[in-house]
Amino acid sequence: MEIVQQVIFILLLAATGWLVARRVGVIGKTIRLGRDEDRRDQPGKRLSMMLRIAFGQKKMFDRPLIGFLHLAVYLGFVLINVEVLEIVIDGIAGTHRVFAPMVGGFYGILISFFEFLAVGVLVACVIFLIRRSIVKVPRLQPERHREMHGWPALDGKLILVFEIVLMIAILSMNAADSVLQDRDNAHYTQTGTFLFSQFLKPIFAGISTEPLIIIERFAWWFHITGIFIFAVYVTYSKHLHIVLAFPNTYFAKLVPKGKMDNMPVITSEVRIMLGLDQPQEGAVVPEHFGAKDVQDLSWKNLMDAYSCTECGRCTSACPANITGKKLSPRKIMMDTRDRLEDVGRNMLANKGEFVDDGKQLIGDYILEEEILACTTCNACVQECPVLINPMDIILQLRRHNIMDESKAPNSWNMMFQNLETNQAPWKFSPGDRLNWAQKLNE
Amino acid sequence: MEEQTYKVPTMAEMAAQNETPEVLFWVGCAGSFDDRYKKVTIAFTKILNKAGIKFAVLGTEESCTGDPARRAGNEFTFQMLAMSNIQVLDMYGVKKIVTACPHCFNTLKNEYPELGGNYEVLHHSEYLQQLINEGRIRTQGNQAFTGKKITFHDSCYLGRANDVYEAPRHVLESLDADLVEMKRCKTKGLCCGAGGGQMFKEPEKGRKDINIERIEEALQTGAHTIAVACPFCMVMMTDGLKNKEKEDSVKIYDLAELIAQAEGL
Repeated sequence: MEIVQQVIFILLLAATGWLVARRVGVIGKTIRLGRDEDRRDQPGKRLSMMLRIAFGQKKMFDRPLIGFLHLAVYLGFVLINVEVLEIVIDGIAGTHRVFAPMVGGFYGILISFFEFLAVGVLVACVIFLIRRSIVKVPRLQPERHREMHGWPALDGKLILVFEIVLMIAILSMNAADSVLQDRDNAHYTQTGTFLFSQFLKPIFAGISTEPLIIIERFAWWFHITGIFIFAVYVTYSKHLHIVLAFPNTYFAKLVPKGKMDNMPVITSEVRIMLGLDQPQEGAVVPEHFGAKDVQDLSWKNLMDAYSCTECGRCTSACPANITGKKLSPRKIMMDTRDRLEDVGRNMLANKGEFVDDGKQLIGDYILEEEILACTTCNACVQECPVLINPMDIILQLRRHNIMDESKAPNSWNMMFQNLETNQAPWKFSPGDRLNWAQKLNE
Repeated sequence: MEEQTYKVPTMAEMAAQNETPEVLFWVGCAGSFDDRYKKVTIAFTKILNKAGIKFAVLGTEESCTGDPARRAGNEFTFQMLAMSNIQVLDMYGVKKIVTACPHCFNTLKNEYPELGGNYEVLHHSEYLQQLINEGRIRTQGNQAFTGKKITFHDSCYLGRANDVYEAPRHVLESLDADLVEMKRCKTKGLCCGAGGGQMFKEPEKGRKDINIERIEEALQTGAHTIAVACPFCMVMMTDGLKNKEKEDSVKIYDLAELIAQAEGL
């Protein structure tokens, strides 16, 4: 019987590993579809930024209460994994609480600490669920933000329920285990009482040993299977941020937020036009400028899209969104990811090669009206807890619209024309530039 | 007191006399052509004169930095303007630039180096703060603003774009005024609605205009003076104020105008 359980466990573990690895492969491959961009300069500065923002969650503490609750879930997630390691070893080897004899009396303290974290996760997730469903924090509501309709809103709640159920499973498992220890069952190693699950023991005290073992085993299997499902689910959901927050903050922009990326192709064109350089023989003229699809964006823009956890802090700070325009920086990130996922599926179905599906990011996912509404105020960039830059994508899409499609509002065309003929965005003669000085001594 | 004659030397005039200024005052398109912002240009010029700064302007040789074209997505027009500006600046050997426009400031400071134009660039809020710290501007003794409520509207291209939050506030503190903050200020400051080329087009359909949202917040502070540090913010906030029919009781001034007033210029 034991061996059957071990075989099932190993098969489950292997299946999880395979599914996660395959998915990670697809994500990595689609991120690498992006334009090349070197973000490896100043490693020391980058490392310290990652440690502060991702590891230390600095920006989450802009809202202290939420920051604290999020920290509880984060610590719980990272540290309870030590216990998951024990569960995995037990599952493979057919042992029970394999770490207990190794660390002796410390084991009870360790598990009690994990229970403390589990309760922290439980409480935080319940509060988060209340904020989403009862308090109805505006930025999380599909009624106010169309990008949250359907799956995104469900995804957000599902993961919280998932975590709550997993934590209840841990506590039930430990409580049943403790009761069985009290009955001196040889299989259940003596560990001493645990901090929180001891209060659940009365629930199990009246159950006779045979069914109780089944309950304990069930909770154990339920918990570990839940974790396996969770591991696969995370790679498909918005929760990728638990991993990607680290590389995403490491590779974030180090220059002032106001600086736009230069387009060197245009610099060489302009230098030739101004007679500063001679045209090069056989110089390649690019087919298009800016970005119309995910392949034209940089790999970092694409990693940004996978790192987004749809919290909506960007959107709630966006002046265009606040005043009712269609633009939502969160939607920019979600659309970019949706497009990337579609491209990824397309590649999987076509032996790894992307086959044109007649769609593109601008127009089919992100609307022109959205990118036109951006004031480039950087509020979205400022707000993101994992240093995502939605504005960068918007500006690259604008470059495509203007330079490839000549799609500009009339008033912008007027402005361009004025700039070209009068060197000012308004229709004033360049010769009048110093006229203001005449009023200086009036 | 002897009446001072204010001067605006151009780079060309200075070069003809074999002189080099301490600093180039980059006036910008709004500062040159917008009727309201010309007053700011004049105020800042008076301050520079009074402080005895050896400065110059490019005059008719100045062009738009290209910021609105670049933000709108027209990289060609931006780079054409930027390159010709860099040629002019380098011809005169300009080392240091001060400007009253955060958009010009950002572009000159952050975006010209990649195109070969390297200068020390200051926003006039930073420059004014330096002059105050060095004692070259004296606002003490003037009671014009003592205890008066002033609120400062952060410009995105000064604040978030370049992390300049304190300099304009230090300038205002020198007026001995009562500086009151809006609910959304500094890193959380709400845009006036003009950046990213919005100044030159109608806004997209929505519930409200951004400048109305912002002026409401500014009025909530109870301040009768709203200080700005950007020509676009000036236009947007002034329009908002007119919309609220408060232009008689509340005034909007640029930092330079407030300092010039305190100096009695």
